[in-house]
Amino acid sequence: MTTSTEKLELFEVFVRSKRGLDHKHIGSLHAEDHEQALEYARDCYTRRSEGVSIWVVKSNDICASQEDDADCFYDPSDDKPYRHATYYVLPDPVNNM
Amino acid sequence: MSDQMKNALLEYTTRLGDDAVVLGHRISEWVSYGPFLEEDIAYGNVALDYIGRARMFYAYAAELADDGRDEDDFAYMRNDREYHNLLLLELPKGDFAYSQVRQLFADAYYTLMLPHLLHSKDERLSAIAAKAIKETKYHLRRSRDWVLRLGEGTDESHRRAQKALDQLWGYTHEMFDMDDTEQLLADAGIGVDVSKLRDEWLAMVTEIVTNATLTVPEDSWAVRGGRIGYHTENLGHMLTEMQIVHRSHPGCKW
Repeated sequence: MTTSTEKLELFEVFVRSKRGLDHKHIGSLHAEDHEQALEYARDCYTRRSEGVSIWVVKSNDICASQEDDADCFYDPSDDKPYRHATYYVLPDPVNNM
Repeated sequence: MSDQMKNALLEYTTRLGDDAVVLGHRISEWVSYGPFLEEDIAYGNVALDYIGRARMFYAYAAELADDGRDEDDFAYMRNDREYHNLLLLELPKGDFAYSQVRQLFADAYYTLMLPHLLHSKDERLSAIAAKAIKETKYHLRRSRDWVLRLGEGTDESHRRAQKALDQLWGYTHEMFDMDDTEQLLADAGIGVDVSKLRDEWLAMVTEIVTNATLTVPEDSWAVRGGRIGYHTENLGHMLTEMQIVHRSHPGCKW
């Protein structure tokens, strides 16, 4: 590329496929604003008819959990098996659930 | 269909193919030279749309000619004098502003011209138009946005965009010329009477250019000749590069 993308913002792209109900994160790209990001998302990520709907979100607007928080965020659920349905023994009369 | 009409249709279809392949090739020259990766991919897509369009026109032209030539022969085995494309489309890609201003001129033109071609009594031309209309709607959105961005961007982008407008304006008049061939087809409901599109085109372009804080140039000069094979010095060089592989290895398959 002849010039840098320093002045451009980073956007995260979410695409909903024909068969899906939810938008899935598919990648990221540089653009000047939301409108341009949507056009580039179309060109970069839906060329092979992958999608019927696109969302773009500024990467900066995403608040992400930190790896440092892993022990207080996720570990406490490790010793609470009763939060899983598989912990419970179903009574015999219930055949399918 | 009379021989005269059949020849006119072949010439017309070939011209439309020439326009598409020449512009498509010029756009493709941006591949790997785009201002940034995303734009590189996006503009490359536009080039593919045009080259795809050229294939459809040339495939039809080859059927009409019925002399053993195929679409590749139309694209690769004709010299510059045999190409009857619009001069505007053969000019070198220039800087990015130059390419986007040219693109706006072309996209606005096709936005107006293709809906008429859709109603052509010739089913093939109508079918090609139907596919191209959707592509052009997106192309115009891109080129319009770029002209707005460049016009309202920095002093330098504004200056370059205005310079491109001034340099290209004289090449736009040829888009609305009619000759006997095109008139014959327009009268028969097969071709488009492009001379009637100029006012609408001017209004569309003027609105975009003015919104971009740029100035529509005066109609002080006009260059013509592409439709009869009189080209700028640029087309020969472009074709040399475009045709070299095919001509060096005739009939080669891989």
